[in-house]
Amino acid sequence: MISPRPDKSMLYYPKMPATWWLRKRSYFLFMLRELSSVFIAIFLVVLLVQIYQLSEGPKSYTAFAQRLGSPGWIIFHAIALLFAIYHSITWFFSTAVVLPLRLGKREIPRNLVAALNIGAWIVVSLVILYLFLSLKG
Amino acid sequence: MNGATATLNITRYLPGQDQIPRSQSYSVPYQRDWVILDALNYIKDHIDGTLSYRWSCRMGVCGSCGMMVNGVPKLTCAVFLRDFYPQEIRIEPLVNFPIIRDLVIDMSDFLDKLKSVKPWIIRKTEKQISEGEYLQTPEELSAYQQFTQCINCMLCYAACPVYGMEPEFLGPAAIALGYRYNQDSRDQGKESRQAVLGSHEGIWQCTFVGECTEVCPKEVDPAAAIQRSKVEITKDWFKSVLLPWGQR
Ligand code: SF4
Ligand code: FES
Repeated sequence: MISPRPDKSMLYYPKMPATWWLRKRSYFLFMLRELSSVFIAIFLVVLLVQIYQLSEGPKSYTAFAQRLGSPGWIIFHAIALLFAIYHSITWFFSTAVVLPLRLGKREIPRNLVAALNIGAWIVVSLVILYLFLSLKG
Repeated sequence: MNGATATLNITRYLPGQDQIPRSQSYSVPYQRDWVILDALNYIKDHIDGTLSYRWSCRMGVCGSCGMMVNGVPKLTCAVFLRDFYPQEIRIEPLVNFPIIRDLVIDMSDFLDKLKSVKPWIIRKTEKQISEGEYLQTPEELSAYQQFTQCINCMLCYAACPVYGMEPEFLGPAAIALGYRYNQDSRDQGKESRQAVLGSHEGIWQCTFVGECTEVCPKEVDPAAAIQRSKVEITKDWFKSVLLPWGQR
């Protein structure tokens, strides 16, 4: 069956304004999440370079580490950390949507699933921090 | 009634007459129990018979009265004037669709996409009528029931910026319906939907903005259907690569 089509030449095709993502909080938060990937990608490249420097010997590693200690890089890493935290939190909320958990016949509320994930994440982070500090000390 | 009026600023577009849509303001008597659609019907009956829009059931079932109300996709039979009064209310056609006239959008793209996911039960082998019905347990039903509630109102398409930017995207409701039939224990047509659902224009174009679920008047949760389809299709892909023939 072919459904009737309107005459295309009579239609008006609206365009999406370039500022569409400023129109709504949820669109804006979505754009932030997308933007966070850029910062995380740059962070990873820096990390790779850092690991490479490690293989080049202690001298070049220390020089590189010193360069990372400059205010510009510290600000960058602070922003990257905030974005990484934001990205991870949105990720845990997404997980709750993607993988519904059931207890018997009832679906476990999504916010609870996300909260459990975030709780586990904090615990794992603290363990890593503890290991790191005790190794350093 | 005490003579109070509500003001609606409505998008008008008369093909062949208007180059671009314009806004026209109408005042209607303010009634506490009126929904936006009642106000539109009042305008059509008493003020301006040329105003065009779609509606039918007046009770959130047919899915034809979707419009942008103050910039948010809504069923106009399900939002009250009193939620906005005394502020003026902006009524526009659903965004992301071509406009045919006034508040009437062209839905042919959506209908094509809906059809492309084969939203019906596909059987490899049909049972004889004498063998009885295809039975299903309540658990099997609950795997897809919420996705059967879709009324094809297209509010989710108007909320989706991905569809706005990439009109070839299959979109929330079509994917949710494809998923609904894939999850139905009576259905055997998963592979024949795969090419459409698993394509670049299908689930992978979705970046999970999540607004489709927010605006859906029937709590279908298309965003969840899309993300779960991604998991399912990835699992099937791994199975097809890792498992030898015959064990899939
Ligand atoms: S999924 Fe919801 S918003 Fe989208 S068409 Fe169906 S009922 Fe409407
Ligand atoms: S008129 Fe049918 S859903 Fe609004």
